Amino acid sequence: MFNPIQAWRGFLERENDDRVKVYGVAILVAFVCAIVISTASVTLRPMQNAHLEAERQARMDAMLDRLPSMRTIMEDAGVDALETRLVDLASGEFVTDIDPDSYDVQAALNDPEQSVAIPPELDVAGLQKRAPYAPVYLLQSEGALLLVVLPVSGVGYQSTLRAMLALEADMTTVAALTIIEQGETAGLGARIEEPDWQAQWQGKQVFDEAGAIVIQVVRGQADGPYEVDGISGASRTGNGVTNMVRYWLGDHGFGPFLSRLQKEGL
Amino acid sequence: MASLMKHISSPLINNNPITLQILGICSALAVTTSLTTAVTMSLALTVVLCLSSAVISLIRRHIPSVIRLIVQITIIASLVIVIDEILQAYAFEISRQLSIFVGLIVTNCLVLGRAEAFAMRNPVLPSILDGLGNGLGYSLILIIVGSVRELLGKGTLLNYTVFTPVADGGWFEPLGLMQLAPSAFFILGLLVWLMRSIWTQQVDAPKFGLKTQRSRS
Repeated sequence: MFNPIQAWRGFLERENDDRVKVYGVAILVAFVCAIVISTASVTLRPMQNAHLEAERQARMDAMLDRLPSMRTIMEDAGVDALETRLVDLASGEFVTDIDPDSYDVQAALNDPEQSVAIPPELDVAGLQKRAPYAPVYLLQSEGALLLVVLPVSGVGYQSTLRAMLALEADMTTVAALTIIEQGETAGLGARIEEPDWQAQWQGKQVFDEAGAIVIQVVRGQADGPYEVDGISGASRTGNGVTNMVRYWLGDHGFGPFLSRLQKEGL
Repeated sequence: MASLMKHISSPLINNNPITLQILGICSALAVTTSLTTAVTMSLALTVVLCLSSAVISLIRRHIPSVIRLIVQITIIASLVIVIDEILQAYAFEISRQLSIFVGLIVTNCLVLGRAEAFAMRNPVLPSILDGLGNGLGYSLILIIVGSVRELLGKGTLLNYTVFTPVADGGWFEPLGLMQLAPSAFFILGLLVWLMRSIWTQQVDAPKFGLKTQRSRS
């Protein structure tokens, strides 16, 4: 008859150099630690996400504050926040049967039933998969679209970059790019968080006349409306930003949505 | 009782982990740019040190000596992750400022040092007190360095303006150097000098003396 208490005593009474004891202690310690960490992580996750969400909102507000005249337009239009809509990325149509505020992009991304695999040849941003729907933030005044803000993400040099890309009504002029989350090398790639660097994006053109995506972060000095100065020592982070923007504006990202807006408006 | 209290009081001055044992310097440099981060880091480290000492001391008789370092590190690392998660949930702003340095408590030699040198050989209560004492000794130095750096570097303490900077019409010219890592070395060096001048028993015997007599050939 197996007696667990007896077995436990027997285990503890073994010599410390005994092989069973060495493996047993190692496994037990690892097991207990894993349980403690998982419990802490799972129970605290909602609060952490609330903080991240609040921070995202604050950055969005900060981005709007940086755009000249955007606040006055918003005041004239009588709105104090952007309107959130959900877009079906494949068709470019708005999704009307899901509340945009309740849609959890991260959960959809993690759910194999919902997430959409990105074909390798299109996957310039290195994401591998994306959620089927994405929230967009719109600013309109008297029926005319003034600004559309797109959440974008991509793989940088050593971390996932997340940013908000704001486009003006012509759907090609960048109103602003704001990096929301990054873990690049401090002092080099992490400088993409600096307002001075992000400010360069304002007024750049994303598409050329033929409609191809040509915007890119270049090494050294930028030239013309399609180029943004790179940060020296951080070319791979710069490439990451380029790829991120290119993927999300491309046909597999917000491309269909943007061309629909351009053709038919809201 | 008096002997138990000695575990707390001795690491404060006489056997201070930073100024005497020169442990935990990395984080002392990194998180002392302002007093707020220094205090949070001190609290996090003290809590981790007390808990890890308690846990390790509790199971010390059953830790096989061949894997004792791995077991200690696993326990310390788990505690640090839990503390980090708690900070992210309840003190988000501060956890942003501390960023990876909370995680680096794992590699702080102070924690592993106390686990290996004290908690492995002593009962639970003295181990907790030893952890607390060493945590407080570390905190003391961090708070001194953090105060000096924030006061001279920004003219504030805990974000309250003490000296009005020139930019805001005051007289105080912030010392940019104080916000950079090397200044922490200077302040630590001055502290060590000060402490060893007052408590002369802390002075190390010179390891390599100058030869005063030349051998005549």
